[in-house]
Amino acid sequence: MLKIENLRATVAGKPILNGVTLTVPTGEIHAIMGPNGSGKSTLAYVLGGRPGYEVTEGSVSFDGQDLFALEPHERAAAGMFLGFQYPVEIPGVSYLQFLREALNSQRRARGENPLTGGEFIRLSKDKAALLGMDPEMLKRPVNVGFSGGEKKRAEMVQLGIMDPRIAILDETDSGLDIDALKAVGHGINAIMRDPKKSVLLITHYQRLLDYVVPDKVHVLSRGKIVRSGGPELARELEREGYAEVAA
Amino acid sequence: MTALPTRKLEAYRYADIDALASVWTSLAAPARVEIAAQQKLQQIWLPSDEEIDIRRVEMTVEAGAVVRIFALNSALRYGRYELDVTMHEGADFTLHGANIGGGESTLEIVTTLRHIAPGATSRQTIRSVLGDKATGSFLGRIEVAREGQQTDAEQSVKAMLLDRGATANAKPELEIFADDVKCAHGATVGELDGNQLFYAATRGLDPVTARALLLEGFIAGLWDEIDGDDQGIAELARDALRMVAA
Repeated sequence: MLKIENLRATVAGKPILNGVTLTVPTGEIHAIMGPNGSGKSTLAYVLGGRPGYEVTEGSVSFDGQDLFALEPHERAAAGMFLGFQYPVEIPGVSYLQFLREALNSQRRARGENPLTGGEFIRLSKDKAALLGMDPEMLKRPVNVGFSGGEKKRAEMVQLGIMDPRIAILDETDSGLDIDALKAVGHGINAIMRDPKKSVLLITHYQRLLDYVVPDKVHVLSRGKIVRSGGPELARELEREGYAEVAA
Repeated sequence: MTALPTRKLEAYRYADIDALASVWTSLAAPARVEIAAQQKLQQIWLPSDEEIDIRRVEMTVEAGAVVRIFALNSALRYGRYELDVTMHEGADFTLHGANIGGGESTLEIVTTLRHIAPGATSRQTIRSVLGDKATGSFLGRIEVAREGQQTDAEQSVKAMLLDRGATANAKPELEIFADDVKCAHGATVGELDGNQLFYAATRGLDPVTARALLLEGFIAGLWDEIDGDDQGIAELARDALRMVAA
């Protein structure tokens, strides 16, 4: 599904990723863990195509196609979803309008028929219910006045609506209380645990991995993968700390 | 017919004088509108199909009358909306206006509000969205006479520039002779937010649709207080935004 090879990237001229190599096969959930400043969010942004994040070397293929040949919105239409650590507020634009236009842009790009208003409302209500979110919140402007936890839940509602083939989730667990963490974990499993889908879960802590059990765990340190293992690696990190394991 | 104004006149400082000259001799005198005491008036100003679209209205709002004007200024070359409003005791005036244009268009909303009696309220909310080499201006003069105690006047002016060559002017001008008044004004000029654009792109919105949607968010609320049929102003504004976003 996703094949990253010797990826190097700079932000404002400063090298952040120093040769990341990683393969996420179809049907698997991989976690990337690492200390602050190790390059986790940069990796997510590079995969999403954020302006200002410059790839200097290496390649990423998504389902056999060159990811970097696609614009950010084309990556979404091709089936990639990027979940934000800090979801962005858009005053004056309701979630319903935003997501309906976004989903229909994706569908048009794939040669599918756009959803009608009624079809979209039903879909969004279903997905809000799955995440335990009041669908009325989708009438409000995108993320404006949402608490940290509500923003993350709303990200997962979007994940459900977009139904991507790969989700790259950047610290989706940060700022969540236990109930919200459970709801988000349950949402990721319900939407993405599928033999045809993959997840790259970027996280600082092990606790989300209690709810979403990864097939593999990778440790990112100073812009490189320094260790890979099974779910037990996450527990080892939690016990021993990054300094010990990533050394 | 008076002489063609020049840019030395404050109210014409940012005007397209050539465009003005081409229609000057055929320009009708300002329309006079009188709103009787305690009456209500709502007007929706839609752009004409003309390249040059100039409207001038002199309005007297008698005691306790309420006026709401919703104006979309999006002429392709020169759009100028001029309002001169005299407010009597307890009158209530609201203007919600948008300048939306690209190319080399010049769009301006020029208002003079005369608070000549106590307790009148005026609210002006102006949003400009300007692309290419367009110029959008709001010149808002507020005069509060000595008798205009407890005047409550407010101007909120925001402009969004989409290209380097676009220009926004926002000029409040207050002349106050009463000592117990509230006159608030705020003006900002900005550009589309890169974080919002990237967020929209990761959700699959192509750049033009994303820009148009964020611009809709920027002018959101302008038409919300329209009572009844909006005569298509929201849709026309959306079309104009899509055109400048492309």
